[in-house]
Amino acid sequence: MKFSPALVLCLVLESLLVANRGEIARRIIATANQLGVRTIAVYSEADADLPFVREATEAVLIGPAAPADSYLKVDAVLAAAKATGAAAIHPGYGFLSENADFAQSVTDAGLIWVGPSPEAMRSMGDKIAARNRMQAAGVPVAPGTPDPVPDVAAALVAASEIGYPVMVKAAAGGGGIGMAAAYDDEELTAAFETARTRAERFFSSPSILLEKYVPSARHIEVQILGLADGTVVALGERDCSVQRRHQKVAEESPSPAVTPQIRAAILDAAVKAGEAVGYRNAGTVEMLFDTSTGDAWFLEMNTRLQVEHPVTEAVTGLDLVAEQLRIASGEAPSFDPANPPTADGHAIELRVYAEDPKRFLPGPGAITEWVEPVGDGVRVDAGYESGNKVTPFYDPLLAKLIVHGQDRADAIAKARSAVEGFTIVGPKNNLPFFTELLSNDEFVQGDYDTGLISRMRS
Amino acid sequence: MAEVRAEMTANVWKVLVKAGDTVADGDTLVILESMKMEIPVIAEEDGTITEVKVAEGDTINEDDVIAVIG
Repeated sequence: MKFSPALVLCLVLESLLVANRGEIARRIIATANQLGVRTIAVYSEADADLPFVREATEAVLIGPAAPADSYLKVDAVLAAAKATGAAAIHPGYGFLSENADFAQSVTDAGLIWVGPSPEAMRSMGDKIAARNRMQAAGVPVAPGTPDPVPDVAAALVAASEIGYPVMVKAAAGGGGIGMAAAYDDEELTAAFETARTRAERFFSSPSILLEKYVPSARHIEVQILGLADGTVVALGERDCSVQRRHQKVAEESPSPAVTPQIRAAILDAAVKAGEAVGYRNAGTVEMLFDTSTGDAWFLEMNTRLQVEHPVTEAVTGLDLVAEQLRIASGEAPSFDPANPPTADGHAIELRVYAEDPKRFLPGPGAITEWVEPVGDGVRVDAGYESGNKVTPFYDPLLAKLIVHGQDRADAIAKARSAVEGFTIVGPKNNLPFFTELLSNDEFVQGDYDTGLISRMRS
Repeated sequence: MAEVRAEMTANVWKVLVKAGDTVADGDTLVILESMKMEIPVIAEEDGTITEVKVAEGDTINEDDVIAVIG
C-alpha cells in the first residue's frame, strides 16, 4: 500500500493494539507502521502464521482458535494491551468492533478507543432504536415496526399493516445473519422463527423487527467521518448491491445509479444521521435505494471502519485509517472539512472469499500457491499468503482486490485483468465468479440491484 | 447403503439424528458450521440411519463420513 507522504505526521498515539485478524488487521497495521506508531497484533492459535502477526511490531497470543476464546474475549485483549503498554485500540470490523461495553472497558482502562463513543454505538447497535432515532432526526426510514415484535401473531399483524413483502431482521444483528424476506403469512411464520433462533444464538438477543422489503433495491451507503471538533462530513457513497445471502461480494464508488441530485440528498441524510448521535470517527450509513421510486431509506449505521472502505480511499485519495487515528488523537483531518474530497474516477472492490464460485459454500484449506496481481490502480488487501492455512473458524474473506480507473469502464477493464492475474491454489475461491460478474450485462451496464446474483444462479 | 460425506472442513454444530432413526430424502441430518455459515447436511434418499460418525463439537474434513443410511 502507498499513501501520500503528507499523511506522515507526528501523532499523539505512541502505540496501537489492533483487536482483529486477517486482512483488516494487516491493513491497519500497515498505516500505523507507516505513521511511526508502534503496533501490537493479537492472535489466536489458528492464526500464528498469518502475515498480520509478523508485520506488527509486537504480537500477543490471546487464546485458542474459537473466536469466543480469543478475538471476542475482552479480558484477554485488555490484558494484552496492558502487558504491551498499548496507548490505543483499533477494533477493525466484526468481532468486538460494535460492542459498546468493550469500547467502554477500553476507555475505562485509560486507553484511546479508535471509534465512536459507547453511547453513539449503543444508540445505533439496536436496529429498532436506531430507526426511531433517525426518523426523529428527519432521516427517511422504511415503513417498519417501531417496537420489537414479540411473537409470530404480532409479526403477522405488523406485516398486514406494512404490506408484503417484508424483511425479518434481528434487531441486534449484522452480516445478514438471521435476515429473511417473506412474501406471505406462511413464509413469515417460518422466517420469524429462524430469525429469532439465529438472533439468540449469534447476538444473544431475541429482539426482532419487520421492515418493508424492496425486491429491486440497491444497497447504497455513505462513508462519514465525525471529526475531533464535532463536525460530521460525508465522503461520497458506495454501491454494495452485489450480494449473496444478504452479504456483500463486490462494491463500487461512485454508484452508477446515483445522480448528483440523489447524491446530495443521501449525503445530507448521512450527515444528519451522524450529527443526531454526536458521531466521532469513521462510520457508515447504510441505505436502501428503491430504483423504481427513487426513495432512499435509512437501513442502519455501522459504527466502525467498513470492509469496503478501500473503494472510498481509492476515489478520494484518503487513507481512512490515518484519518481515524488523527480523530482519535484529537487532531484535524488531512483535508479541509468545508470541502471534503469528492470522487476522482471510479473504484471497484471484489471480495475474494474461500468459497466455491457456484453455490458459494465455504471451502477452507491450505494455500499452496498465492500470486497477487500488480498494476497501475490495482491494490490487494490480503489476509493470507502462500503456505498459510485457511481454517473454518472465521469468515471466508481471503483478500480484497481493489481497482481504480479513470471511469467505470476503465475500472471494469482493470478488474478483469487483475482477476486473471490473481492465482490462488488450495482453498476453493470465488475468483471464477468475478470473471463471470465482470462480463455480466447487468453489471457492465451498471443497471443491477441486490437480486443480481440470484438471477445469475437461477 | 449410502454414506453421507462432508463437502468441506467444518465444525459439527448440531446432530439431529441417531442410529435407528428413519429418514426421508431431504431431511436434515446434521448442521455443520464453517466460516460463520450454517450448512445443513441433507439425506439424499429414504432409509434408516445405521450409524452417525460425528458428534457435536467435532471438527471434520472434506470427504469425512458423517452418517450412513441403510
